[in-house]
Amino acid sequence: MSVSSGATPLLEVRDLAKHYPVQGSWWRSPSQFIRAVDGVSFTLHAGETLALVGESGCGKTTTGRAILRLIEPTRGSVRFDGQDLLALDREPLRRLRRHMQIVFQDPFGSLNPRLTIGAAIREGLLVHELAQGAEADRRVAQLLEEVGLRAEHASRYPHEFSGGQRQRVGIARALAVAPKFIVCDEPVSALDVSVQAQVVNLLRDLQRDRGLAYLFIAHDLAVVSHMADRVAVMYLGRIVELAPRAALFAEPRMPYTQALLSAVPVPKPGRAPRRIVLAGDPPSPANPPSGCVFHPRCQHPAKDARCTRDVPVLAEKSPGHWVACHHVDVTTPLPPPLAPA
Amino acid sequence: MTRHLLTVHDLRVAFATEAGPARAVDGVSFTMNAGETVGLVGESGCGKSLTALSLLRLVPDGGRIAPGSRITFEEQDVLAMPERTLRALRGHRLSMIFQEPMTALNPVLTVGDQVAEVVRVHTTASAGEAWTRAVDMLAQVGIPDPAARARQYPHELSGGMRQRVMIAMALILEPALVIADEPTTALDVTIQAQILELLRDLRDRTGMALLLITHDLGVVAEMASRVLVMYAGEVVEEAPVALLFDAPGHPYTEGLLAAVPTLDSTRERLHTIPGTVPAATAWPAGCRFRDRCAHAWERCTTEPPALAQLGPAHRVRCHLVQEPERRRA
Repeated sequence: MSVSSGATPLLEVRDLAKHYPVQGSWWRSPSQFIRAVDGVSFTLHAGETLALVGESGCGKTTTGRAILRLIEPTRGSVRFDGQDLLALDREPLRRLRRHMQIVFQDPFGSLNPRLTIGAAIREGLLVHELAQGAEADRRVAQLLEEVGLRAEHASRYPHEFSGGQRQRVGIARALAVAPKFIVCDEPVSALDVSVQAQVVNLLRDLQRDRGLAYLFIAHDLAVVSHMADRVAVMYLGRIVELAPRAALFAEPRMPYTQALLSAVPVPKPGRAPRRIVLAGDPPSPANPPSGCVFHPRCQHPAKDARCTRDVPVLAEKSPGHWVACHHVDVTTPLPPPLAPA
Repeated sequence: MTRHLLTVHDLRVAFATEAGPARAVDGVSFTMNAGETVGLVGESGCGKSLTALSLLRLVPDGGRIAPGSRITFEEQDVLAMPERTLRALRGHRLSMIFQEPMTALNPVLTVGDQVAEVVRVHTTASAGEAWTRAVDMLAQVGIPDPAARARQYPHELSGGMRQRVMIAMALILEPALVIADEPTTALDVTIQAQILELLRDLRDRTGMALLLITHDLGVVAEMASRVLVMYAGEVVEEAPVALLFDAPGHPYTEGLLAAVPTLDSTRERLHTIPGTVPAATAWPAGCRFRDRCAHAWERCTTEPPALAQLGPAHRVRCHLVQEPERRRA
């Protein structure tokens, strides 16, 4: 059994975890761990976009980086194109990285200010011995045009570009090595809405033209509804719901997902939101609640002792729709709409 | 004619830069009535935050409010008043909620002390009374166990709790006008929902006016009754909220609304506005939006459009108001 959508996946993540020690020291083993990611499983197919959503500290960024081994996972397995990534030595891992790239949220922080953007994009070509000399120049020019920049931009430095243009450079750099899979870590969060739309469209065009698979990490659910084929919702280091996009947005089943979706402000005045306002803040991943990690904030009418005692398993409740909740079969009525302002 | 709570007339703020003066706010005029919630929206660098800071005369170093700008609040001339009068006004009748509570709060004072300080500076209350009022206000903004929380330092609180403390400080003296500069931008969406609900509730209880500065059109739709859209240092559209979203008059507003992804979207392409915002040191002659506008014609390159009346309470800075037949399908 796996949290998948049929056929052989490009990426298969099983029980991935990353625990950070706290209160430890060199002579005493740590007594406590922050469970940033705590048993995450999913699959991703070629050409597909799986969105990983959730709020600050839910572990979505850590998951993305642990998959690429930019940070070493504590446990679990990651199979990419049939190979076990966590078992690979340095050299084979480096070779395989060609097929797995990442685009970061802050394109300024992730570009070397002293390298021209042409040099930044060439780097991948050289490291992976894909092209050099005039051929590399030609490829750089082609990539710049593919992401909506101009060939002559290659000789400029990152500070000469706007935020949206820098994000295009970040995308060109990831594409240089012709990957099959890109982790997009909040790629449009730092951008203004008109520029954000340009980058979202670009990512979708590239996916269509090149058959890319994306793990799209984001907190903006409206952007996700434009990008994703399937959506995984994380809370406190775990996936609590995973479903095809339409099913997740139309019929969220986990109480946390319902609250999360209802909290998004709708740009339509007068359409009073049917909002579930959660009480309090998410608990600390250093000291997660027992049982269901969401139970202290959960407003499900059927909440009972089982929620505080047993960890709910992420189970397939309808085809492709996975939910971690003891009471998912009991329907939750949404609260009545707010009185119009 | 009724007296407005706030009148801003031809506000201009410029910064000296190596590339010449940057006219970041360039002739902004608007009014606000008591109890009204106005949304001030626009993208990075449009001048919305600087407009807000100018209302309190908090323009950052290097910036200068140009002569001829006028800000009248409760019939007082804000730009002409002495520093002492201004200090008495800030935090009392006119207060501000900032985006980043971690940098706006003092890290070495307990949050209770910081809320109580507002009371002590502006009233004759004793230290004890001020503390009691502070704890009471922390309770009103939904901080659980306020007596204990009041003794904590900002770093001991979550982002949402810190923003509640900021709101407590801004509202404890029941100001007539609260300026909130991206008050929920740094917060997660479920916490944002809590804070918006709190602001709505306090607004309805105290009757304060709220100037809400944000880039999030969803937040504006939910909170504001009237909206000002800024682009390149100018107000380009002003309208009641329903009208702005249903029938935007400026091509920029139209483009912005179409570019916002929504939850019920069906994976179609998002509308984009081509190009980028021009630099504040070199606003284009004529209309500042013309290079990105699908409707622009000769007149737009030479003649800067004025904010023209499109309907009652609806003003648009675009030549299409006079020549609607120029609109392209």
